[in-house]
Amino acid sequence: MGILEVQNVNKSFGGLKALTNVNLNVEEGMIHAIIGPNGAGKSTLLNCFVGRLIPDTGAVTFDGQSLLGKKPHEINQTGVSRVFQTPEIFSDLTVLENVMIPCFAKRDGAYSLNAINSVRNEKDILEKAEQMLVDVNMADKRDMVASSMSRGDKRRLEMAMCLSQDPKLLLLDEPTAGMARADTNNTIELLAEIQEKRHITMVVIEHDMHVVFSLAQKISVLAQGTVIVEDLPDKIKGHPKVQEAYLGGAH
Amino acid sequence: MFGLRKSDSALLLIVIALTVLAPFILNPFPENSVMAQFNAGYPDLMQRLVIFGIFAIGFNILFGLTGYLSFGHAAFLGVGSYAGVWMIKLLTLNVIPAIVVSVIVAGAFSLLVGWISLRRSGIYFSILTLAFAQMSYALAYSVLTPITGGETGLQPKVGDPRILDAALEEGVTPRANLFGMFMNDSYDMVVGGWIFTFNVGYYIAAICMVLAFYLSIRIFRSPFGLMLRAVKSNQQRLNYTGIESKPYTLAAFVISGMYAGLAGGLLVAMDTQAGAERMFWTASGEVVLMTILGGAGTLIGPVLGAGFIKYFENIVSKINANILETWFSFMPDGLSDVFVGIIYPFIGKGWHLTLGILFMLVVIFLPGGLVQGGQKIAGMFKNKKDGSDSATSSASAAPAE
Repeated sequence: MGILEVQNVNKSFGGLKALTNVNLNVEEGMIHAIIGPNGAGKSTLLNCFVGRLIPDTGAVTFDGQSLLGKKPHEINQTGVSRVFQTPEIFSDLTVLENVMIPCFAKRDGAYSLNAINSVRNEKDILEKAEQMLVDVNMADKRDMVASSMSRGDKRRLEMAMCLSQDPKLLLLDEPTAGMARADTNNTIELLAEIQEKRHITMVVIEHDMHVVFSLAQKISVLAQGTVIVEDLPDKIKGHPKVQEAYLGGAH
Repeated sequence: MFGLRKSDSALLLIVIALTVLAPFILNPFPENSVMAQFNAGYPDLMQRLVIFGIFAIGFNILFGLTGYLSFGHAAFLGVGSYAGVWMIKLLTLNVIPAIVVSVIVAGAFSLLVGWISLRRSGIYFSILTLAFAQMSYALAYSVLTPITGGETGLQPKVGDPRILDAALEEGVTPRANLFGMFMNDSYDMVVGGWIFTFNVGYYIAAICMVLAFYLSIRIFRSPFGLMLRAVKSNQQRLNYTGIESKPYTLAAFVISGMYAGLAGGLLVAMDTQAGAERMFWTASGEVVLMTILGGAGTLIGPVLGAGFIKYFENIVSKINANILETWFSFMPDGLSDVFVGIIYPFIGKGWHLTLGILFMLVVIFLPGGLVQGGQKIAGMFKNKKDGSDSATSSASAAPAE
């Protein structure tokens, strides 16, 4: 039994069928990659996990609980964090504040009206956030305003924000999109390190095959809204169905 | 100090000093001089300066921190005012119950309005709050006349019950007081040509404003304040971080509604009457102007903005054509007429034209408001100082700080 189970999920937008009978089984502690050509429904599927979209039919179960009908913040509180395709951070706040917010969310729940105590007196939160910045090599940027950083740093910050919640499942939507080669390799190292140290289950959507084959322990190939193959990386490489999906027809 | 960091303590001390010394600061010109009309140190105006300061500080907690632009905050000020007058009519002429109940009633009303309006964000939120405020205004003006006094407004009468007070003597008009001190009692200090007025009502309102300002600093620096800034910055990320934004925005809305209620209660304490025009949409717009003009999202900005607008409203609108003519009387006749003609549309009843132009200039050149203007000026001095330092003492360059 996997930590995240997707059964017969269907989703249409008007007449367009985005997902057709998608089945997916993500095992605990694994890095599971979802690949597929543009428009295959990868992001739609991810949106169904975090409560942004609700599937028309089917079931999404995480850690034994159904995620359907839950709001994004409720899903996050069960232990699912998401890194977006374009970094979603608190651009007006400092790097340290960005990381403190998820720490507060982890400690205090969906809301707490802590309006009198100063942030600076929340020693446990400050320590945790600063340690997290050290872990992702951003300690020197703690007082920078987030919007003034490079794209690679923004993504790193978003990763740090997700990790500071100690999630059970980390969803990554194209974590290396638009990155230079060096940054991409750094990200691969960072993710591999996280997996080794923290044993967080990860679902990665990715176009870059270099990233996919360096990280993934299992790969699902999505084409035209349905999973055509789910297998180990070695088997995926030469799979005829995969080549057909990417190259358009057998030769 | 009081659990504040150094810079915030300094800011609080500045505000305390400004409010305590306001009778001196606002009366810089001798009583009989030509400039005396620019003096603002009379009780009525000073009271308004601090009361609208409170209103703007509260508005800034909502707009400055969360970015939710309410166009209906005057409704809470109005509801608070009516509640205050009713306390004075029913309970006692002492202002404390009036002020406390104003805050509570305005808080309850803002909970209702906020709970509904915060279902939407952006422009739709603004329109919803505006709709609520205009409904409140229309109701107060007509349908609810038995409660609000309609067109004539609400004021205490000799025959009111006032169950906690002893009956007034024959022919005495009811006046609000605080344990026997009347709000319009003043002590005039005459120094040379100057008259400085120390007014009871002003200092009561000033104490309220300092407390309100202190509380707003605490809110700004708290985890709650951090979450409100996160709402403004990226609500989507906040939701995906496991935080439900509605309780935060609603709490901010209610807190700012209670600030408005406090301002309404104090207005009533100073001048025991309330009218529906207090809830009109222009009154809601004014607090938006105050906050943006001063600097939305900054601590001291709203106080400066409120002071600035209320001061110029009173001073500029008092200038009339005769005063202008005396100013330009040193010129030849034709020329002085030209100058009077040019300036005339901007004074007296044309004061809104002046305000509009000032507001446009600030928004275009200083989007951060007066606070940003102050920072720019401070920065210029700093640069100059640094520049001259490095020019004169470049040889003995010591490590800075």
